[in-house]
Amino acid sequence: MMNLIWLQSGGCGGCTMSLLSADVRDLFGMLKDAGINIVWHPGLSEQTGSEAIEVLEACASGDLPLDILCVEGSLLRGPNGTGRFHVLSGTGKPMIEWVRQLAEKAQYTIAVGTCATYGGVTAGGCNPTDACGMQYDGASRGGLLGVDYLSQSGLPVINIAGCPTHPGWVLETLLALAMDSFTQADLDELGRPRFYADHLVHHGCARNEYYEFKASAEKPSDQGCMMENMGCKGTQAHADCNIRPWNGGGSCTDGGYACIGCTEPGFEEPGHPFTQTPKIAGIPIGLPTDMPKAWFVALATLSKSATPKRVKENATSDHLVIVPGIRKTGVK
Amino acid sequence: MSRLVVGPFNRVEGDLEVTLDISGGRVDRAYVDSTLYRGFEQILRGKDPMDALVFVPRICGICSVTQSVAAANALRNAMGISIPRNGQLATNLILANENLTDHFTHFYLFFMPDFARDGYSGRPWHGMAEQRFKAVTGSAAGDALPARAAFLHMMGVLAGKWPHTLTLQPGGSSRAVSSTEKIRLYAMLREFRAYLEKIMFGDKLENIVKLDSMRALEAWRDARPPDASDFRLFLEVARDLELHRIGRATDIFLSYGSYEMAGEYLFSPGVWDASKGTLSAIDPSDIVEDLSHSRMTGERDARHPYQGETQPAPDKPDAYTWCKAPRWRGQVLECGALARQVVTGHPLIRDMVEKTGGNVTTRVVARLLEISRVIPAMESWIKSLSPGEPFCVQGRMPDNAKGVGMVEAARGALGHWLVVKEGKIANYQIVAPTTWNFSPRDRDGIPGALEQALVGVPVGEHERVPLAVQHVVRSFDPCMVCTVH
Repeated sequence: MMNLIWLQSGGCGGCTMSLLSADVRDLFGMLKDAGINIVWHPGLSEQTGSEAIEVLEACASGDLPLDILCVEGSLLRGPNGTGRFHVLSGTGKPMIEWVRQLAEKAQYTIAVGTCATYGGVTAGGCNPTDACGMQYDGASRGGLLGVDYLSQSGLPVINIAGCPTHPGWVLETLLALAMDSFTQADLDELGRPRFYADHLVHHGCARNEYYEFKASAEKPSDQGCMMENMGCKGTQAHADCNIRPWNGGGSCTDGGYACIGCTEPGFEEPGHPFTQTPKIAGIPIGLPTDMPKAWFVALATLSKSATPKRVKENATSDHLVIVPGIRKTGVK
Repeated sequence: MSRLVVGPFNRVEGDLEVTLDISGGRVDRAYVDSTLYRGFEQILRGKDPMDALVFVPRICGICSVTQSVAAANALRNAMGISIPRNGQLATNLILANENLTDHFTHFYLFFMPDFARDGYSGRPWHGMAEQRFKAVTGSAAGDALPARAAFLHMMGVLAGKWPHTLTLQPGGSSRAVSSTEKIRLYAMLREFRAYLEKIMFGDKLENIVKLDSMRALEAWRDARPPDASDFRLFLEVARDLELHRIGRATDIFLSYGSYEMAGEYLFSPGVWDASKGTLSAIDPSDIVEDLSHSRMTGERDARHPYQGETQPAPDKPDAYTWCKAPRWRGQVLECGALARQVVTGHPLIRDMVEKTGGNVTTRVVARLLEISRVIPAMESWIKSLSPGEPFCVQGRMPDNAKGVGMVEAARGALGHWLVVKEGKIANYQIVAPTTWNFSPRDRDGIPGALEQALVGVPVGEHERVPLAVQHVVRSFDPCMVCTVH
């Protein structure tokens, strides 16, 4: 069995809540069958208080083998480097100290969610708590554990970025570790598991036809593409949200709002209001990552001029006003 | 007298430490410490007002939608617009989905596992509790989690995802529901009702709603054996352990009112003072936050949230928590499902509170009663959706404005106060339900609701983590990440 400890620091607990929404018959049973033993999770385990501290101390001292350390939430270094914005209750010791100690012993260290990976919203604004991620501070490598940190297995921190994480991302990473089939090659440049980070949110977006014709939404609840006016970063954000459904069949773009790029370092400070697209001379500045600007402008102009009436009108409505026509000739 | 520090306090949302002074086998004084500070109120300053909709749900992953609703209400209030009927129905459905999920998660994963502990091994019901509710390994986790996940599929349709949706807007919902989706939502809801009626209650929800007195509840409990349903097992445990004798706070209950539809509430707002049997209207201008025992600058000047400040002062003498102390006309209030049901006047809860006050049993009963009351309301809201009519309107934020947003989270009264100056957020103050319930002492030395509820709770001689204390704390279903935010 692989012993797993899950800690929560400067986050919201949403990644745990999301994991509990996994569409599986028996979440805990599946982990157990895979050989993962949840030694302690602050939201789920029986042990409270001194009973819990005993477990953590046994892992920190090496008496109890620690195979997987999951940390959810940003690491709070403030005030003045003391870490006292988050003391692990009952211990008088800052959480960053516990995390440093346990990370030394862990075979694998996983940062769950964008707070734990890159700092996330807790590091937003004036970053009052000096929040950072486990091995990144925004897009810069370093963070709490430092540039050179490797867990006992020789891997850096596995960064399951996302705000929150999709239950499938966490579950499949854990199962891959349990099956001993996860290597450095499975991580992208920012430490994210490639099985979901090699996709863009744009892939599989149900608004794709509107994107093709640059038929754009103008206000919340419009059905059109949200890239031009509503701040959507789906063409730049790495995740499979529109391929792998959320909560049975949703996604942000299906929910009628823009992708805000929550799997990316620094997403919390985009430099503009989240749901407005910054533009220069009417052209969005955040274009698809791998597309030359001139091409985009040329294609957009062309596709706008070719937009069918149906697509154009539906784009600025909250329901279908024109349904696709039926060609009498039929398709052969 | 001896002192006991309990922490990390788990199976609550977020970080909590409770310090107990014990004498004669009972808690003499309790001090409640929220040990995590993140500073959302500082982070929000200077931002575009609409960006609050991105940040505030991320205060909390368990009541994320409620934070969104409070923000959308505050923004709408500042914009001076109103919401179309479909937008209100969709908002109510999303909010109800989260609130009931929270009640459900609390019962199955946070609260009931304590009765499976070895400390109760001599009790006649212990075998049942252990088989069903043992943390992580009990059969209930295997049953309840898939039911919970399937219920949250409603969020997939209505809100894109849960937690942390951006669907809830000042002008309504950004996700219009089509006529086929309306039917799918209805099917999802019926599916959850089936779980509740078969497993949780072992009875029709309408029969639970009809229970109108403590006597009626006891008769219902005794009509079938404790293993006939999860609720019956709880009631049997509560009877045997006399859980109605522990956890009484001030018995003054606050509700902002819940599930508004065209000015009418499913659960009406107000403050119910149980000792006097009086209901007062709630005026948000009567609320202040006291900082005397909080690790925040500011000593004796309790302020209304519009003037509130959030500046951490980690070394402040006499401060013992990051939580502020909200007070209403100088009084300590309790909020949550119990408060909502007593304020809105459900006969069962009024009767229970009259006879035994607010306590561990009444809090849990109120929570489950609420599940059975809200499901039928959700069914009617789904039926009332009108696809093709607007779900969202556009508003414009004035350069200078103020707005307040009040809503009921699963755990109780949540208020957001927003001040906009020159187009940016100049101040944003949040008073969360657990801020009310788990507040520290105020400048007059009056303890918060939990601090009062813990006084007198029995502590066994060798108990390092007293079970009765855990029941009382968890009966509030605290959300510590919301508390300090």
